[in-house]
Order: sequence, then C-alpha cells, then structure tokens
Amino acid sequence: MTAPGRSLWQDAMARFRRHRAAMASVWIMGAITALAIVVPEFWPNSLDEVNWDYLESPPTADNYLWFGTDVNGRDMFSRTFYGARISLTIGVLTTLVALVIGVAYGAIAGYRGGTPGDLMMRVVDVLYSLPALFFVIILVTVFGNSFLLIFLCIGAVEWLTLARIVRGQTLSIKEKEYVESAMAAGLLTPTILLKYIIPNVIGPVIVYVTLLIPINIIVESYLSFLGLGVQEPYTSWGRLISQGADEIGTAPWLLIIPAAFLVITLFCFNFIGDGLRDALDPKDRTR
Amino acid sequence: MLNYALRRLLVAVPTLFVIITLAFFLIRIAPGGPFDLIPDLDPAAAENLRKAYDLDKPLLEQYGNYLWRLANGDLGPSLAYRDRNVAELIAEGFPVSAQLGLTAMVLGLFGGMLCGIVAALRKNSAVDFTVMAIAMAGVGIPTFVTAPLLTLFFGLYLGWLPLSGWNNGQFAHIILPVVALALPTLAGITRITRGSMLESLGADYVRTARAKGLPEWKVISRHVLRPACMPVVSYLGPAIAGAMTGSVVIETIFGLPGIGRAFVEGALNRDYSLILGIVIVYATLIILLNLLADIIYGYLDPRVRPR
Repeated sequence: MTAPGRSLWQDAMARFRRHRAAMASVWIMGAITALAIVVPEFWPNSLDEVNWDYLESPPTADNYLWFGTDVNGRDMFSRTFYGARISLTIGVLTTLVALVIGVAYGAIAGYRGGTPGDLMMRVVDVLYSLPALFFVIILVTVFGNSFLLIFLCIGAVEWLTLARIVRGQTLSIKEKEYVESAMAAGLLTPTILLKYIIPNVIGPVIVYVTLLIPINIIVESYLSFLGLGVQEPYTSWGRLISQGADEIGTAPWLLIIPAAFLVITLFCFNFIGDGLRDALDPKDRTR
Repeated sequence: MLNYALRRLLVAVPTLFVIITLAFFLIRIAPGGPFDLIPDLDPAAAENLRKAYDLDKPLLEQYGNYLWRLANGDLGPSLAYRDRNVAELIAEGFPVSAQLGLTAMVLGLFGGMLCGIVAALRKNSAVDFTVMAIAMAGVGIPTFVTAPLLTLFFGLYLGWLPLSGWNNGQFAHIILPVVALALPTLAGITRITRGSMLESLGADYVRTARAKGLPEWKVISRHVLRPACMPVVSYLGPAIAGAMTGSVVIETIFGLPGIGRAFVEGALNRDYSLILGIVIVYATLIILLNLLADIIYGYLDPRVRPR
C-alpha cells in the first residue's frame, strides 16, 4: 500500500529547518569546515613558513596576515584553519570509533539480554566509574602521540554512553512484532541486528553523536594543551590555545583567535544537537 | 545506612582493583622505556637501571610485586626523580591539589545553588537571563580556555591578581585558579538548581505550604529547596570527576605544585610508577566522593534508602 505524504525523516527535516539556532549553526559549521579544507591548501602563507619581517605581529592587512603571526612569525590565519582541520577531523573520527563500538556493544547486550547482557552492562558500569581522561592520557603516553592513535584512544574511551543508549532502545525494540516475525522467519542474529534493530535506534544515537563530537574536540584540545596531542609543525586548536596562553602578556590574539573558533564550534554543535533532538524525538516536542 | 555504605565500599574494592590492573598493564606494554629520555645512555647502564627498578622481570612477576608492595602502602620508586619515591611526590603535591579542589568545589556548589535559586525566584527577569547566559558559557567553554582568558583579564589588563604560582596557598594566588576550576561546576549546578527549583515551585505541597500561611522564606527554604537539592547532589559525582581532570589543566597553567601537574610531567617523562600512583589516588578519591554523594542523596530522599 502506498500512502501519499511525507516520511518520518521528511517531517524531522522540516522540524529541524524551523529551529533557527540549529540552522544558523549548520551554516557556520559549514563555513568553518570549508575554510579548514581550503585555507591550508591555497593560502599564500603556509602553516610553518616564517615571516621574518612580521615576528609576533598583531592582525594586519599586509601580506595576508589577517590573524597576525605567532612568536616564530608563522601565519596565524593558516595555522588557525589547519588547527580547525585537525580538531574537526579528530572530533568526527573519534566519534565514529565510539559510534561503531558503542552501537555494536549496546545492540548485542540489549538483544542478547539475560545474564550475558547484564554482565556486559556491568562492565560498562565499572568502566564508567573510571577517570576516563586519565586513561586517555595513559594510552597516549603509552602508544605515543600519532594522529591515528590519538583518535583510537579517545574513541575507545567515549563509547560507554552510546552503548547504554543503544541497549535501552534495543530492549524495547526487540519486543516489537516485526522483530518477532524476523526471528520466526529464521533470520540470523547479525541480520536481525543490522536490518531490524540498529536502523530503529538511530534517532537518539544521532542526537548523542552531535553532542559527542564537541566533547571529543575538547578531549583532543585538552591533550594537545598539555603537550600530549598533536606535535609540531602540525597543530590543533588546543595546541594553538596552549601556545597562546604562554604569550598572553605580549600577544593576546594568539590565544583569543583559536579560543574563539573553538568556542563557536562547541556551541554550534550543541545547538545542532538541540535542533536534532527537537526534530527526532517526538515525545519531547515542546516547541 | 551504615550497612548500605559498607556494601558500596565492598563494590568499590573490585572497581579499584580493575583500575590498578588496567593502568598497570597499559603502561607496561608501552613501546618506549622510562630511560629513553636520558641522553647518551650506555646500553649496559640502561640494563642495570632496568634491573635496579625490577623492569627486567617477567610482567606478571612485576605485577605481583607491585600489588604486594601496594598492599603494604608502598607506591614504589619514582623513575624520573631518583631521590624521591612516588609516595613522597604525591604527599608533596596532594595538599595543594586538595586545597585547590576543595575550595573550588565549595565555591561551585554554594555559588551555583545561590545563582540558581536567585535565577529561579526571578524567573524571566534580566537577572535570570544574565545568570543563565553566563551559566551556558560556563558549561560550554572548557577550563583550558577560561583560565588563560581570566588571567589575561584580571591578571594583565586589570593587574588585580598575580598571574601564576602558588606561594603556599596565599589568598591572592589562589583566587584565579579556584575560580577557573569552579566555573564549570558552578555553571552546571546553577542550571540544575534553577530547573529543579522551578519544578518544585509549581508543586502542590508548595501551594499547600503557602496556603497555610507560612512566611515566604520558610516556604522556600523548607519546602522548595529540599527536593530541589536532589538533582544537584546526583550531579556532584560527575562534577567531582570533572574537577579532577580540570585541576590537571589548572595546575599546569598556573604552575601550581599539585599532583595534577606531577601527573602531566610524569606522562611526558614516562615515569610509570608516578602515573600509576596518581591514577590510583584519583580513582580512590572519585570512588569515595561518589559514595559520599550517594549517602547524602539517601539522607535527603528516603525513597532510595535501601530497605
């Protein structure tokens, strides 16, 4: 039977478009992402090129040094958007790692249920009470701070909440008739999980994922700030903020510019998360 | 109540054991060693050093030895500071971190509740909007951004406060670090208090309390505030963990000689035993303080009291 009208997703999109702060955030994040892609490739000053005539220069129109230069005369415009590239990439990739682990773990624990499922969640409870960031620091210390390992480490620690959300949803979904009929049809468990369970938990997962990206950006910045993250000449917002913090007496723009971008990004993701929650969660539609 | 606390303590022991084991093995599978950073180290000397610090033994034996010494209260020698052991290093830094953390938590808790109460009682006024805007910024902006900005403003532009250093916990030196550390907690508690205050202000028993003619301050303090405290108390657990990770940054920025800074230096120097010791201290604290928060919760809400 074909019913005319809009699908659930189209409804959600329409609701999302009405959320002004979320839409504005999408545009701002689009702009920052575009600059993060374009600037490091095409900007006249590269991120590690020394401008000898402009050591620690405040923002100026000369020579395209719009955000000024750092202590070593390196162009802050280029460095800020290179930092954006690293911070955003790490934010997204770590979230993907967490997403894969969390969804798989939560779906299996919820679908299996019973004692094994409970045991799996007890493990999550114990891990939950550990000081996660300290473990990230240990992991980074142990495996060195290569780019790949940083996001694996953060992702490996941040999947716990996702596992809980997915398990909760799975517990209720597996009682639904369509899952029962899939079981009766003799489908294999992985097929049921992938085709019938996971697609139906996606709503709350998407909302949490948009909130996890800024958390992971903060974690990466935190590590870079402490000197445990990205290493020179590469940079991220956390690293730039840390270097700026050392020079606040003489060159406050080195701190303020990357800090402003970081904060704007954090707020944008939170607004997008709010918008998605209003759009995807029909139970709590107060607006 | 005592029974409940004891049972929770019993659960805490395996958790702590998991933490110690995880941290121990994670650190030992590291590709580099703690002596890699010494320039021009003779291979034979390196071998001797490894022997002296027990690092040449099989991993399981090292683990057993570590647990045994730990049970006797010995955290082992520091690998980077040859003249002091881990327990001494932690004992040196702990009072600084504790003073910083405690002051910040007290400020965050009471400051946050006060702001939340004021905002809720003056709902939708200019005061409310200002407080909530600041609270939103405080929740969203990480400590490593606010701390340098606060230093820039109050330390450099206004010149009111010293930029860094501890100076034996002198009042002027402690203000900026404490405020920077307390800010996220304060902001979080403000939001939670306001929300739960508004909820309980609309409750039937509050209307009853007013109807029987209680003076307003009594209605607020006795009937509105008590249930409004509940979500605040359950927020304390995550807030404490957050304050500890925040304190690592704060101590690094302000150059305070606490265990947070020792942790970062240990991580940079690959001082295995020091990192391990500090993680154990942090984990124990988090577990104990969470337990305390749960007990307070049980005290405030008779429904969750076991049996």
